[in-house]
Amino acid sequence: MNFLILLVVIVGIIAIAQLAKVSDLSASLSGRREEDISQADTRLIGGLFMVFWAAFLVATVYLYTQFGSMLPQAASLHGADIDALFTFNWWIITIVFVLLNSLLFYFCWKYAYDPTRKASFFAHDNRLELIWTVIPSIVLAVIIIYGLRTWAALTDAASDDALRVELYSKQFDWTARYVGADGEFGQANYNFVTSSNPLGIITEDGRSEVLATIQEKADKIELSLGHEIGLLQAERASLAASIASEGHGDHGHHAHDDHGHDAHDDHGHDDHADHGHADHSEDAHGENAWEELANHRIAEIDHLLAEGGDDLLVWTEAKIEAQQDKLHRLSRHRQRVMAVQGFDFEGALNAWETGKDDHVVKGEFHLPVGREVEFVFRSRDVIHSAYMPHFRAQMNTVPGVPTRFKMTPTITTDSMRTILNDPEFNYVLLCNKICGAAHFNMKMDVVVDSEAGYEAWLNDQETFVSAEEPDMQN
Amino acid sequence: MANAHHKESFISKYVFSQDHKMISKQFLLTAIFMGLVAMMMSVFFRLQIGWPGESFALIETFMGKWGEGGVLDRNGYMALVTIHGTIMVFFVLTGGLSGTFSNLLIPLQIGARDMASGFLNMLSYWFFFISSVIMLFSLFVEGGAASGGWTIYPPLSALPQAMPGSGMGMTLWLVAMTIFVVSSLLGSLNYIVTIMNLRTKGMKMFRLPLTMWAFLVTAILGVLSFPVLVSAVVLMLMDRSMGTAFYLSDIFISGEALDVTGGSPILFQHLFWFLGHPEVYIVILPALGISSEILSTNARKPIFGYRAMVGSIIAIGFLSFIVWAHHMYITGMNPFLGSVFVFTTLLIAIPSAVKAFNYLTTLWRGNLRFTPGMLFSIGLVSTFVTGGLTGIVLADSALDVMVHDTYFVVAHFHIVMGLSAIFGMFAGVYHWFPKMYGRMMNTKLGYVHFWLTLVSGYGVFFPMHFVGLAGAPRRYYDNSAFSFLDGTTDLNIVISMFAFLGAIGQFFFFFNFFRSIFRGQKAVQNPWKSTTLEWTTPVEHMHGNWPGALPEVYRWPYDYSNPEHDVDFVPQNVPLIDGETEH
Repeated sequence: MNFLILLVVIVGIIAIAQLAKVSDLSASLSGRREEDISQADTRLIGGLFMVFWAAFLVATVYLYTQFGSMLPQAASLHGADIDALFTFNWWIITIVFVLLNSLLFYFCWKYAYDPTRKASFFAHDNRLELIWTVIPSIVLAVIIIYGLRTWAALTDAASDDALRVELYSKQFDWTARYVGADGEFGQANYNFVTSSNPLGIITEDGRSEVLATIQEKADKIELSLGHEIGLLQAERASLAASIASEGHGDHGHHAHDDHGHDAHDDHGHDDHADHGHADHSEDAHGENAWEELANHRIAEIDHLLAEGGDDLLVWTEAKIEAQQDKLHRLSRHRQRVMAVQGFDFEGALNAWETGKDDHVVKGEFHLPVGREVEFVFRSRDVIHSAYMPHFRAQMNTVPGVPTRFKMTPTITTDSMRTILNDPEFNYVLLCNKICGAAHFNMKMDVVVDSEAGYEAWLNDQETFVSAEEPDMQN
Repeated sequence: MANAHHKESFISKYVFSQDHKMISKQFLLTAIFMGLVAMMMSVFFRLQIGWPGESFALIETFMGKWGEGGVLDRNGYMALVTIHGTIMVFFVLTGGLSGTFSNLLIPLQIGARDMASGFLNMLSYWFFFISSVIMLFSLFVEGGAASGGWTIYPPLSALPQAMPGSGMGMTLWLVAMTIFVVSSLLGSLNYIVTIMNLRTKGMKMFRLPLTMWAFLVTAILGVLSFPVLVSAVVLMLMDRSMGTAFYLSDIFISGEALDVTGGSPILFQHLFWFLGHPEVYIVILPALGISSEILSTNARKPIFGYRAMVGSIIAIGFLSFIVWAHHMYITGMNPFLGSVFVFTTLLIAIPSAVKAFNYLTTLWRGNLRFTPGMLFSIGLVSTFVTGGLTGIVLADSALDVMVHDTYFVVAHFHIVMGLSAIFGMFAGVYHWFPKMYGRMMNTKLGYVHFWLTLVSGYGVFFPMHFVGLAGAPRRYYDNSAFSFLDGTTDLNIVISMFAFLGAIGQFFFFFNFFRSIFRGQKAVQNPWKSTTLEWTTPVEHMHGNWPGALPEVYRWPYDYSNPEHDVDFVPQNVPLIDGETEH
């Protein structure tokens, strides 16, 4: 195969070279200069322009008829408006496209070089220029006004009784959320995200869980740092040096502070911080007490170094730093979680309670036909774009900045299956903003149901807390 | 500036040259190389798009760790589309196009001995060169080159854990672009100063060829917009390495809640597109200027509506600064703000339409000489019209909801700024090759090159509109997860075939170009019988451009087939005859 490609390349280069040679030869035989175009060439090119344009027109008609409507009719109210606006624009630009290109290629044929003719000296004509400034302006004014009216209707506020659905994006899937019986979405915060709480909904249990997760990670890192040979040896050396200097309390304490795991201090976890203070409170007992502790720790380290075996670790300085940095970040995470305070919504719903009855849905989500739905989009990590081509709906999902889009589905999935004569058909939600390796695979099915079918489906969906409880019991 | 010849070393003549003609050639050669690289990238990713998941020996041979088993890796795919876009937009159509032709033509067409500052000009090239090297080098670092798309939207590009390409590759992308902007600014300032101050006697602003107007406005756009990109890039670098949160907020990624709040990813998009939209005019305006010149020369007819053309270049330049957010209708931006940008964006269609009509009228009742440069200029008029029209759809925010980020967009901008600008660049190369190298390019090979490029260019990007209208998102590695896109499979195969044909076509150009440098027919002084000053210089290059005094200018640059004269064309340095009125 590679050989074949090489062969093709070589043959190609030889072919081009030969063509050039023949052309040069014929030029030198006839004394022709490169800038002198023969009449035969001129007529040929003029004709080729016409042939090219004719073929282009045929291809255009073919594409318009065969591939012009690969997306089925719009399945939403505003989608029909967009389609109408599109058709209007599309025919205007098609007419101008055909007209201007026809003129261009016709002129190329008609006015191809003729040595007996002199070009007309036609440098400007104010009336003509005025005409083709004014006409496009009028057409564009119509396009702008029609477009902006559609846009205004499209982006107008959703009605109060619209169904609200949250669509949440992350690398590389979608999650939908419906409000529960209380009619409010529970507050969410990205700091509360865990595997069983993918949307970061704020609840008391959620907080305990995320704090436990943080603690678990921090403990793991601290355990590792406590087994890193370099750190242990450094700590031991520092303790030994302090004892050897027979020193003064201050000195000893400094050394002790230096050796202390930075991580403990940064971590800011009460238990660990208290552990540190415990040493200091021994001050009253003087040098001996401290020395005793130091010796005890040295013995502990020696034991660990001797017996640790497989548990002992050797890390590079960069890795140690990275892990200590990670501990710091975990402590910041913990602070942010603790900073989330309970507060009341209007109507005295407590922020810690409203999320419990929300429905969190994966894989596919349902919408009732004929009812306005307002999507609220959130994103966990990078910008995604919620694209539902069959509904002519699209909106970016931006981390930290919630976005909205409203629409009213008009054709149920079943009806669309009948229309398209495709029993497998499903509406889809796909990601339309590059978001990483599996961008092309990030989808969720959308099912448009009758109102009754939708209600039945929603009732089958578990509420957030009941969905969470089995996990907690395990 | 001294005319005296002094002995030059190889280094000062060919490497660190301060002569605008040599610097222009350096830009062109670098751009041709970068263009070749970016074009081959498109061949590789078109293989994947046309035949997803199939194994190709070509990919296995060239793509290394991204082509194991002959199938393009998905991260590799995204790196290729990203770097293809970056190189084509910035290195070929900005650095290459402006760098080559502004440098070559500004002193020659205004009657100056060289650029205002030869030294800055040299620096401009070498910054461009360093930037190109860094950009190419980034393909080989761990994790690969930047892969978040050429628009590098954060947080995807700001977080190394979001994708492999957002690691070292992205850092190098940011560094390369910063250096690129330095190059662009040095060049642009030089172009503006030269055009404003070094025009020869009699070269009034309204006697400037349209190329000069286009380059002038382009340089002004560059000076005003590129610094904004630098600020966007610097903030991004700080977000990436110093823990700031200009573009980041509320992010949970790779199992970790990041310590970032209060930033906005949308801020980056505003900054990026404040450069990004003028940038597309930085790309297209020089091409329009070049084609105006070539169309008029080869139609043997004055450009129609010279002052209207100047006016529309300035209008387009001005409007390009107040349309940037039309890239952002669906970012959650206030819909009313969207409406304003719909209005300003569609306004640009008016000066653009004026230009298109004026081009057509220039050809009307002309006497068209089909030189290769002329063919590419005619191609430009066609693609500028075709591609510009679909912009009307995209400018309409309500329609953008449906086609945003689909292949419809890809089709639109590749035709209107990709094809048009590259057609303008090819036209310029064929037309001014005799001025650059003192030899002619082979006309027949030029014809083959043109027809292959025109047919394959439209063959690739015209059907792509329909792929987009079917709802196919851009930058998808594979459409097979979505059965509603099955209809696009055949179109994608056809598009890929045309892409390969187009790539083959470019080798006619590469071959012709390099062969003609050494073996092309020796050029005469004014092969195209043109009126502008560059054709009054000797064929052999010399420092200072004109052997004697600088030429004096008496008339506008478009006296072709002037009925008051018996000759076919009257160069700008020919005094008015008795009773002649100037146009």
